[in-house]
Amino acid sequence: MTYLAKPKLHHPTLAKNAVGYTRRDYEGKISTLCAGCGHDSISAAIVQACWELDIEPHRVAKLSGIGCSSKTPDYFLGNSHGFNSVHGRMPSVLTGANLANRDLLYMGVSGDGDSASIGIGQFVHAIRRGVNMVYIVENNGVYGLTKGQFSATADKGSKSKRGIANMDEPLDLIGMAMLLGATYVGRSFSGDKRQLVPLVKGAIEHRGAAFIDVISPCVAFNNHAGSTKSYEYVRQHNEAVNRLDFIESREEITAEYAPGEVVEVPQHDGAIVRLRKLAADYDPTDRIKVMNYLQQRAAAGEVVTGLLYIDPKAEDLHHHLNTVEAPLNQLGTRELCPGSVALERINASLR
Amino acid sequence: MKPTDIQQPEYFHKVVDCQWACPAHTPVPEYIRLIAAGRYSEAYLVNWKSNVFPGILGRTCDRPCEPACRRGRVEERNAEKPEPVAICRLKRVAADNKDDIRAFLPKAPARKNGKRVALIGAGPASLTVARDLAPLGYDVTVFDGDARAGGMIRTQIPRFRLPESVIDEEVGYILDLGVNFRAGKQIDSLKALLGENYDAIFVGSGAPRGRDLDVPGRKEAAANIHIGIDWLSSVSFGHIDKIGKRVIVLGGGNTAMDCCRSAKRLGGEDVKVIVRSGYEEMKASSWEKEDATHEGIPILNFLVPKSFKLENGKLTGMVFEKVKASYDAKGRRDLVPTGEPDQHVECDDVLVAIGQENSFPWIERDIGIEFDRWGMPLVDKVTFCSSHPQVFFGGDAAFGPKNIIWAVAHGHDAAVSIDKMLNGEDMLERPDPLTNLISQKMGIHEWSYDNQISPEQRYKVPWQDKKVTLRDIKVEVELGFDQKTGYFEAQRCLNCDVQTVFTPKLCIECDACVDICPMDCITFTENGEEADLRQRLTAPSLHPDQDLYIEDGLKTGRIMAKDEDVCLHCSLCAERCPTGAWDMQKFLLEVTYAGPDCRKPQRKAA
Repeated sequence: MTYLAKPKLHHPTLAKNAVGYTRRDYEGKISTLCAGCGHDSISAAIVQACWELDIEPHRVAKLSGIGCSSKTPDYFLGNSHGFNSVHGRMPSVLTGANLANRDLLYMGVSGDGDSASIGIGQFVHAIRRGVNMVYIVENNGVYGLTKGQFSATADKGSKSKRGIANMDEPLDLIGMAMLLGATYVGRSFSGDKRQLVPLVKGAIEHRGAAFIDVISPCVAFNNHAGSTKSYEYVRQHNEAVNRLDFIESREEITAEYAPGEVVEVPQHDGAIVRLRKLAADYDPTDRIKVMNYLQQRAAAGEVVTGLLYIDPKAEDLHHHLNTVEAPLNQLGTRELCPGSVALERINASLR
Repeated sequence: MKPTDIQQPEYFHKVVDCQWACPAHTPVPEYIRLIAAGRYSEAYLVNWKSNVFPGILGRTCDRPCEPACRRGRVEERNAEKPEPVAICRLKRVAADNKDDIRAFLPKAPARKNGKRVALIGAGPASLTVARDLAPLGYDVTVFDGDARAGGMIRTQIPRFRLPESVIDEEVGYILDLGVNFRAGKQIDSLKALLGENYDAIFVGSGAPRGRDLDVPGRKEAAANIHIGIDWLSSVSFGHIDKIGKRVIVLGGGNTAMDCCRSAKRLGGEDVKVIVRSGYEEMKASSWEKEDATHEGIPILNFLVPKSFKLENGKLTGMVFEKVKASYDAKGRRDLVPTGEPDQHVECDDVLVAIGQENSFPWIERDIGIEFDRWGMPLVDKVTFCSSHPQVFFGGDAAFGPKNIIWAVAHGHDAAVSIDKMLNGEDMLERPDPLTNLISQKMGIHEWSYDNQISPEQRYKVPWQDKKVTLRDIKVEVELGFDQKTGYFEAQRCLNCDVQTVFTPKLCIECDACVDICPMDCITFTENGEEADLRQRLTAPSLHPDQDLYIEDGLKTGRIMAKDEDVCLHCSLCAERCPTGAWDMQKFLLEVTYAGPDCRKPQRKAA
């Protein structure tokens, strides 16, 4: 935790993006989390991704629940909309906001306690409905705010700081998201921004429910020997299946790849997601194979990271519900009260 | 790249840009912090130990520290241009606000060591040697042709920039150390002085001859043509108190600026500075040019003097040829005539301030001191010893005209040489500086220095009303910062001496420092050659002359590379570090002066 505000002075070469902001303009207040918290690195990755994508801060809504992770929206995108909901209720607030105005970019930031314990029901249904959002779980496997109890994502057999082993099965958020129809699923590590930043960018550009599980070590309560969510353990067991080179449009593709080295996934809007393969024969568009692969590697004790699954034909909740395109707050009296003739017609259709 | 050896005194010294740039290596951030804390006497003494003349330099220094100041590289362009900390004028704050510090100065020792040293000239170089040697017990005698000590400080710097009382005080501190001052004793034969059996002689006689301008009319109009430094000295001593109404000052250096501003105060109504070169290439410091302009003195550029014009045997004006700058393929400048008609400028008096030269007619050529073909003595750049083993040179006398702070630096080095020589040691073996590196950590997020970065812009030193200053040459123009402004200006200092020290074996590579660094200084990456590594930093490396701090031995096999160039020393990397791998440690470097510290350690009897 730091008491000083970050000085306004910056590197002389700090550049502005296409909408006229520097990366520093996407920062928020100074973090009050513990020094070395993985969550701060995730905030920095979000800042970097939004700057690189030329996102206007006022077009973003950050939503979170309760917990260390849910505090972080205060520490990035200081000029965006935000809502800090009741514990575990971020997904329903996000869903409601999204239904009212589909034009904003919805970023749900949650933790393993907020999403895998108290909010598990909310998590499940927001994913199942295909809400167009970026859902990031900052996963450290421990209840940091209450001083280090195992959370629902703590691995079986991993040890607490006091040396006690966890005997419960862990809740597999990635597996659940896959089962429930998330159309963009990734896992990353807070200590690897080269992987994390493109993954966040891809999620922001994705139209549909994008879920990223970011392993984010808790330096205070879960960074010891015996933990499976420590910096050291994750670095040793990290198996990336691919590297994401997110590309916005077809014309910009310049890099040369050997055949078979790359997977290209065209998106709705014509953009292409390009993945450099790190694991042979890994096809991130084959849902069944991916689920099998993940289970196999997990059984072997590996932490599989990368863009694990992407559905090129993703659809979102608005598409399912056939909702009106304009944000509700822009609808005038005429659209909202179409008059007695229209009412008659509706009534007639229901008879 | 290899890991940085932070044990080398040069490494962290270079990070303290101001101290590195200062010829005398004054620990600038150290005294600026003392000023901010209101501990003016201590700030003064830190200066006094290092640069001998804090009050004088706080008004007149050429300030090589300021262009080097990191603040000038990192400040956002909120003002017209980023500006360094007003280091020089803060020094004056210490001098102006200190208490009586005489009790803290060294005393003249009761017993002398029996060695006699003669110093020729009572300017800053000689006085520094005297200051360093007299307290050690040397019998020091200073000779000067003038009645009072100070040399060019007293004769060439006008009173409106430097009041006499400040000179008297600071020169007095030195003479009070038991130094013999032989006033009015111009040395006219070094041979004769050598015959007086001094153990060492130091020549600090400056560059006392002003260069003359030999164009038609010079002889005939001699009564109204004055050599700049001689004229300034006559003004200083009160021999001259008026000048004609229309004055031309020739030359573009700081002496020319002093001349024109003095002339303006002695009755010159229409004073002009006329320079051969362009405005930007003028040798005068930018602030001195601004000061002259502020007093309504125009500076005319690209005019080469052709002749003096007389009527009835009296000077009436000068003729100038108009030129322009032309650069050849190698970028060398040449002044070529524009072909326009010559310009005639009317005047009553001309002050010639086109340079200074050394002059050693009083040094016999057969006494073992070798001179080069330009008439300069051969002087060792490290020891300041001439080809005569007992004769040393320093200040302008050694390598031509520079400035006070260089003279002080020379004086310190020559004093070390003299002290070592007279103790039977090899003077080429120079003493290491004293260095100290101490953690500033007081508690969690508490440091024993103020790490908050001030967003303030540089403060201007207030001036006395022009109406008052132009009437009386003795009224000081600059009023100096008051204590409050001094505090705010001092807070702009980035504390570059509080170093970021990295211990790789503690690092868990969590990236917290990389994320928080406001200047994007820190990079964790694969090792490589320097040129390649500089391409892969978090933020581009703008100044290859600024070092990269490299540490290896991290668990992932990567290295930590920190670009020292733009670091604010704000401590946020250390505050965010969960394991204490980053620490803020104050690096204090003190030059070793003459005395037991500069000699080899003597083994004590068991």
